[in-house]
Amino acid sequence: MAELRGVSKTYGAVAALDRVDLALAPGQLTALLGPNGAGKTTAVRLMLGTCRPSGGKVWLFGADPSTREARQRVGAMLQLGRVPETLTPREHLRLFRSYYEDPRPMDDLLAVTGISGIADRRFGHLSGGQRQRVLFAAALCGNPHLLFLDEPTVGLDIEARHLFWDAIRQLVSDGRSVLLTTHYLEEADALADRVVVLQRGHIVADGSPADIKQRVAGRQLRCITSVDPDRIRQLPAVQSVRTEGSALVILTSDAEGVARHLLSHDQRLSGLEITGIDLEQAFVELTGKPEGAAARA
Amino acid sequence: MRPLSVRDLRIYGLESRTELLKVMRLPAYALPTIGFPAVFYLLFAVALGGRPQDGAKVATYMLATYGAFGVIGASLFGFGVSLAVERAQGWLLLKRSMPAPTGAWIVGKTAVSLVFSAAIVAVLVVLGVLFGHVRMPLGTWARLSAVLVAGALPFSAFGLALGYLCGPNSAPAVINLIYLPMAFLSGLWVPIEMLPTFMKNLAVCLPAYHFAQLALQVVGAGRGGPAWSHVLTLAGFTLFSVALALGAFRRDEGATFG
Repeated sequence: MAELRGVSKTYGAVAALDRVDLALAPGQLTALLGPNGAGKTTAVRLMLGTCRPSGGKVWLFGADPSTREARQRVGAMLQLGRVPETLTPREHLRLFRSYYEDPRPMDDLLAVTGISGIADRRFGHLSGGQRQRVLFAAALCGNPHLLFLDEPTVGLDIEARHLFWDAIRQLVSDGRSVLLTTHYLEEADALADRVVVLQRGHIVADGSPADIKQRVAGRQLRCITSVDPDRIRQLPAVQSVRTEGSALVILTSDAEGVARHLLSHDQRLSGLEITGIDLEQAFVELTGKPEGAAARA
Repeated sequence: MRPLSVRDLRIYGLESRTELLKVMRLPAYALPTIGFPAVFYLLFAVALGGRPQDGAKVATYMLATYGAFGVIGASLFGFGVSLAVERAQGWLLLKRSMPAPTGAWIVGKTAVSLVFSAAIVAVLVVLGVLFGHVRMPLGTWARLSAVLVAGALPFSAFGLALGYLCGPNSAPAVINLIYLPMAFLSGLWVPIEMLPTFMKNLAVCLPAYHFAQLALQVVGAGRGGPAWSHVLTLAGFTLFSVALALGAFRRDEGATFG
């Protein structure tokens, strides 16, 4: 469907992507994760054909992504600063629909994205959630086979985010493919069939959410303790220790052993939790960056 | 490029209509763009136009120069500022990712420049007839209007380049810094004949001067240079602007790091 083959992209002296191979398969939702500056947005822009690679080749439905033919089957929801505010959603969508050979009927489009009631209100008078839904409608208006969603739920409250997730799941079960970039790891965990992790222009992991979590073996132990983290790091079977607020989060393959040790050295230990690895922990281990902590909604 | 299909023409039409709707609903843009040249014309051509018997001559002369002034402003600001702003918003990127015909958005913005230019010319014509006592044969009116509106094209191309070169905050200031001095030095406010000699000589380098001369020649008040030389200069200026825009576009592509 869409493919980056040996693609590099440099901006000045910085290599945003370095000889990356990435092929998207049909009927799947692929989540593209990575810290800021990892190259996620660059990868999306290259596949959409809005910029050209410095090296390698990009394919979109077997053609150059900047051609109209290739773009006929693609829809995109990008992160925008602002949208022209004096036009109504209906006017925006009428123009976008005209670009496509087989657009979705307007009433259906409005209904599916829940904007029928606000279709004739000027964009400037819409709330943040309503605006996101209009942009989502713009991505869907051409009946695309492949959708690029770049951080689609940023700024939405929990309820709106879950509604969006349902809509996205519906798209995938309709047989479309989705490439989702997101900072919210629970979003990737909830939606993705496949997770690709980018860091500094390279792919460091590629597999199902379960595969990714399995790559980082062990369990997660969380507690509030006065024991020095450096001493904990020296314990056998401890892979990493990080602080989260007043608590320590310890990644270890012997959670019980570590718990026993801590409890015997610190009678005042509290808040003890032992859980399996979640995608966030796996991500941190793979990229060395605490991605989710700041972005937890 | 493939030949234009009927569907493509429909798209260009819808693009133009949508763009026009968008801009017309912004009174902060629409009113000054049309009002500014109208007010200036009333002030300089009608109210301060000199002795009564010269009045109509001055009003006719300034119809050409303030018409040019208005058309240049509409094109530079309409294209330049809206492009700089929409680039920064990422809106242009979204549109470019869609299967629109090549340059559909450029056609849309050019249509807006042309419509606003026509509106400016129409307003000035009405003011000229009603208050400036301008009387000309119908053919002259038609030729003057056509020349003035056609001037939207080279300056829209320049606006395109400026829109790619400027950021959204600097665009209005930069465009004003180019537009206002260029208008003055080309004799669009004060007739070129009344400017000092060194300025008269400098004016030949300015596209606004050549544009004004073409309009003035229609009403018989040009400085005597052959029309084709002015047309050629404006054509060269258009090509230069397009090349500048392409260069700025390529640089822009390389600069945004995501």
